[in-house]
Amino acid sequence: MSESGRSLWQDAMRRLRSNRAAVISCWLLGAILLLALLGPSLSPYEYDQISWDEMAMAPSLSSGHWFGTDAVGRDLFVRTAIGARISLAVAFIATTVALLIGVIYGAISGYVGGRVDSAMMRFVDLMYSMPFMFFVIVLMVVFGRNIFLIFVAIGAVEWLTMARIVRGQTISLKNNEFIEATVAIGASPLRVVLRHIIPNVLGPVLVYMTLTIPGVIMTESFLSYLGLGVQEPLTSWGVLVSEGVDEMEAAPWMLLIPSLFLAATLFCFNFIGDGLRDALDPKVEQ
Amino acid sequence: MFGYIVKRLLGAIPTMLLIMIAVFALIHIAPGGPFDNKRPMPAEVRANLNATYHLDEPLLVQFGYYLSGVVQGDFGPSYKFKEFTVTELIGQAFPVSLKLGISALIIALLVGVPAGMVAALKRDSLLDLVVMSTSMTGMVIPTFVLAPIMVMVFGVHLKWLPVAGWNHGALPNMVMPVIALSLPYVAYVARMTRGSTLEVLRSNYIRTAQAKGLPMRLVLFRHALKPALLPVVSFLGPAIAGIVVGSVVIERIFGLPGLGRYFVDGAINRDYTLVMGVSIFYAALLLLMNIVVDVAYTFLDPRVKLK
Repeated sequence: MSESGRSLWQDAMRRLRSNRAAVISCWLLGAILLLALLGPSLSPYEYDQISWDEMAMAPSLSSGHWFGTDAVGRDLFVRTAIGARISLAVAFIATTVALLIGVIYGAISGYVGGRVDSAMMRFVDLMYSMPFMFFVIVLMVVFGRNIFLIFVAIGAVEWLTMARIVRGQTISLKNNEFIEATVAIGASPLRVVLRHIIPNVLGPVLVYMTLTIPGVIMTESFLSYLGLGVQEPLTSWGVLVSEGVDEMEAAPWMLLIPSLFLAATLFCFNFIGDGLRDALDPKVEQ
Repeated sequence: MFGYIVKRLLGAIPTMLLIMIAVFALIHIAPGGPFDNKRPMPAEVRANLNATYHLDEPLLVQFGYYLSGVVQGDFGPSYKFKEFTVTELIGQAFPVSLKLGISALIIALLVGVPAGMVAALKRDSLLDLVVMSTSMTGMVIPTFVLAPIMVMVFGVHLKWLPVAGWNHGALPNMVMPVIALSLPYVAYVARMTRGSTLEVLRSNYIRTAQAKGLPMRLVLFRHALKPALLPVVSFLGPAIAGIVVGSVVIERIFGLPGLGRYFVDGAINRDYTLVMGVSIFYAALLLLMNIVVDVAYTFLDPRVKLK
């Protein structure tokens, strides 16, 4: 069992590696991640360091403001790197929240089946029909702007689809012989779900997760645009972009640079997600 | 069919009730009330105001008042726009949002579906590449970046289209908002259609149809179109929800007097009744749309049985 399981993943990795768009995306994403981690320490400036003498300076190598400065003279290179940290952190944490809730919920629902399953799925349907973005907006207004809340709010929306996917996969898995065998040798339902069901649904989950991340980044920047995202002086790509929109005629780099990073990251995740899906789907093998 | 629709509508009632309770609770947890102005007011005035709006009664009673109003189509008075009721505000604003949203949805389908099918038929050609890369770009550029750039280019510099405003929904005023709103959905729909068309074209019954010697046109429209559209139809529910949310931003950028603007303004002003009214209205709209989409699905896919 473990032999064939490993070879499926090896197979997928081989196919993924031959997908040029996905490979380039991985490298580019790595570079952006590196910038997020190391960027702020490479520059002499601080992300919240206001300088009235250097307002809206164009990018230049000699001034040390490699990406220029914003309307109050803060260095955009450092701010872009800090923004990358926040945007990527929101994306990863929210997606992880969605993953944990969705996988466990979906697996239990699918494995237990029957009345429990239909009750649990009714709940998901119910949640689906709520205009969540509005709840998030109301939440932001009620409890104040708070990064933690953004994580939770976005994660709480995204787990629904995850739960549906995992449930579907679980139902088709649970009648297989190896599950029957596991039950026959006396494994507890919890063990069956955790050790045998969940590892086998990871493929589609991984694909969906990769494709969820860009959605989450987009949601965060949407909230930031409405003025409900992270709070000054902290920043995210969404905040930077919406600040850039206001200045786009006078200082186009303020819009261009963060938009470029935002778009490039979303591109990368989309390409990797598509690549993973093709790699894990035996149907597309030619 | 009729029974199914009635059943779904009845099934939506508890959901609506739950949404109302959630919104009501959330708004009342919020710190600060609608009459917390910067200037303090005399206690008697405040007590009178609270009494007028039933704010001095227990929460459950307040909810009861509210519920009985909503059932009669009365969302109560707006705390901030004192001369209007929430129902009037929604009545004014909704046609704007509706026109915007429906136009965007139609554009998304009319452009996205043919683009996706053509890309699938000419797979790996230059055309496919163009459609797919354009749609990928449409997916990754946020609306709030695209729309201001469009305004700058077509409104400010070329002066082809009005920069903002609604002007009773005149066509030139609609063009940019609708394009900006629909673009991400054009992109999604194109990608989904391409994927599903490719899958359908690989299936056996299409090969059979071709083997019988049917012309390609017939194979496509008679046999491939319907199943290829199924994922698009099931995407319509989330798409409608997304367009509703997206129009909040679009209405703000273009200064349109739609529902989204009232929602954000209401949330910021702590206009309890306005936010609740708009949320509940949106929720009802989405629930209704989900039912419509589910019913539409069964027309396309006879394998799906309504229960």
